[in-house]
Amino acid sequence: MVKKIRVLVAKPGLDGHDRGAKIVARALRDAGMEVIYTGLHQTADQIVNTAIQEDVNVIGLSLLSGAHMTLFIDVAKMLKEKHIDDVLIIGGGIIPEEDVPALKKAGIAEIFGPGTPVEDIVKYIQKNVK
Amino acid sequence: MAEKEPIKIIKEKRAVWEKHVYAKKVQENPERKKKFKNLSDNEIKNLYTPDDIEKTDYLKDINFPGQYPYLRGVHPTMYRGRLWTMRQFAGFGSAEETNRRYHYLLEHGETGLSVAFDYPTLYGYDTDDTLARGEFGKCGVAISSLIDMEHLFHNIPLDKITTSMTINGPAAIIWAMYIANAENQGITKGKLGGTIQNDILKEYIAQKSYIFPPEPSMRLIVDTFEYGFKHLPKWNTISISGYHIREAGSTAVQELAFTLGDGLEYVKAAMKRGLAIDDFAPRLSFFFNAHNDFFEEIAKYRAARRIWAREMKSLGVKNDRSLWMRFHTQTAGCSLTAQQPEINIVRVTMQALAAVLGGTQSLHTNSMDEALALPSEKAVRIALRTQQIIAEESGVTDTVDPLGGSYYIEWLTDRMEEQTYKYFDRVEQLGGVIPAIEKGFFQKEIADSAYRYQKEIDENKRIIVGVNQFKLDEDISIPLLKMDKKGEERQINRLKKLRKDRDNTKMEHNLNRLRKAAEGDENLMPFILDCVHSYATLGETCKILRDVFGEYKEPAIY
Repeated sequence: MVKKIRVLVAKPGLDGHDRGAKIVARALRDAGMEVIYTGLHQTADQIVNTAIQEDVNVIGLSLLSGAHMTLFIDVAKMLKEKHIDDVLIIGGGIIPEEDVPALKKAGIAEIFGPGTPVEDIVKYIQKNVK
Repeated sequence: MAEKEPIKIIKEKRAVWEKHVYAKKVQENPERKKKFKNLSDNEIKNLYTPDDIEKTDYLKDINFPGQYPYLRGVHPTMYRGRLWTMRQFAGFGSAEETNRRYHYLLEHGETGLSVAFDYPTLYGYDTDDTLARGEFGKCGVAISSLIDMEHLFHNIPLDKITTSMTINGPAAIIWAMYIANAENQGITKGKLGGTIQNDILKEYIAQKSYIFPPEPSMRLIVDTFEYGFKHLPKWNTISISGYHIREAGSTAVQELAFTLGDGLEYVKAAMKRGLAIDDFAPRLSFFFNAHNDFFEEIAKYRAARRIWAREMKSLGVKNDRSLWMRFHTQTAGCSLTAQQPEINIVRVTMQALAAVLGGTQSLHTNSMDEALALPSEKAVRIALRTQQIIAEESGVTDTVDPLGGSYYIEWLTDRMEEQTYKYFDRVEQLGGVIPAIEKGFFQKEIADSAYRYQKEIDENKRIIVGVNQFKLDEDISIPLLKMDKKGEERQINRLKKLRKDRDNTKMEHNLNRLRKAAEGDENLMPFILDCVHSYATLGETCKILRDVFGEYKEPAIY
């Protein structure tokens, strides 16, 4: 049996917009992945620890508050510090195009903006999971 | 609605028309879809005729504007007398930057203010709190103390303009800062007009910026009701909100049902405290979303007015004002597309028109660039101009409730009302609103609708122009708002200086008095006012209440 892809869907910071995160979580589950949803108000520390404990292959970060340049990068940095390099990090939310290059440089593999069909996210994970 | 005899004839004639005219035509040219459904999944018929509303009694169920059950509007003259308040929700960065935006909006014809706070403020944290990391001024303006409030309203006449503040968990504290700022300028609080959102139930259900558990949260809200009618009779002490329920993915029917259900829960809580319903009910206000389905939205506002009036009447109100469902509307942020952002102007126009045809008291129109970032000045100006065009050019304001009596609108209004009562029954079976929240009922209902909506778009069953059809391969170039990079640093320095310069003994004394009062059952508003007057920060004041009340944690379901 093929091992299921394990995904942590995480909401960093104080942002309460969870509609997108919940839809993505459900769609990934429906696509046959194991999904762990952190719930709201997670610090970068909590997200990384959950990712380690749950031994996930993917972290999906969702943020609509505009704090992505701090909080997404915090998560990526913390993973690097812990020498974890086999976890795919992706992000979504209200993220201006001009912020994307810096996020990618920091280790967020891909950013999915508003209007993205969830199928695109499923396919991206299946193709790029480490 | 009409005489019995003609309805019978209409029914017969309609049956003939369906069979011999309509069905024949469909056979020649099939309809575009097998079923036509609106956003709440209600099937819409090909045509509505008098027999669809045959049970409706005009004087009992519709009546005249300004008369029970207020279906056609809470005021007799509506927009012939006074236009709705054009109130654009705004806030970003520091208090100084947002103050400049307010002056800009007022110069361009805005008629009321509406404050958006950043996340730390919404959760009762100061800018220098570790949990505020990365969030300063991002989703709204950062207000940590009375000093920030002074900057926010610099040179704005608080006795002349009304201000709405989207604040819930720490609403009592932010309201106290607004009052204290006015008092320091020599304006008596009785003259102040405005609204605090102060609706914690929908925070648990949808928006998620809650702090305390339900019981102490409800206590704080009833405290503001009581303080409000005694000292600030022109202030709306709550804005019972469906907006965020809708944004989280609910249908229009769910928005309507959950919002009115929350409203009744507040009424019950206040009555349980012993407040007289006619003292506080006239200051209850509402806030709804304006989404894409034009007629469904209009029917929703009309149904809300009638249901509220009926329910309030059954609770024994004597003052007519207690029956009025007055509301603010904001166009649906979640309907905006990042793709081809300019076409959002058209969406917003239709949504705003629905709100006006539904009889809104105030309106916010979204800016075209809000699926990408905070709105730029130009985008905000166009959004405001959209309202001005509807108000001044379209002619829809010339008569009251122009769609009243439309067979379709009246049928849809009745249908939504019926479905709302079904939800009331379900919530009742779960033990009421708060037990239903704790069981995750609303959250699950909303998540299901959100998922269904997304699937329909992904499967091309629901068309969103520019997203799944009529797409354009383009580089999106929209001028984005640039924020002052020094704002956060300035704010943190201001907090440091404040903590050093204020009379800390007096402040500590006031915080201690608040703690004692919170442990008891006195109205907390006077104690909170003393705290903010002595420059206790938002975070410090909120910490006292966190200590006494504890914090709410939600079950993470998806």
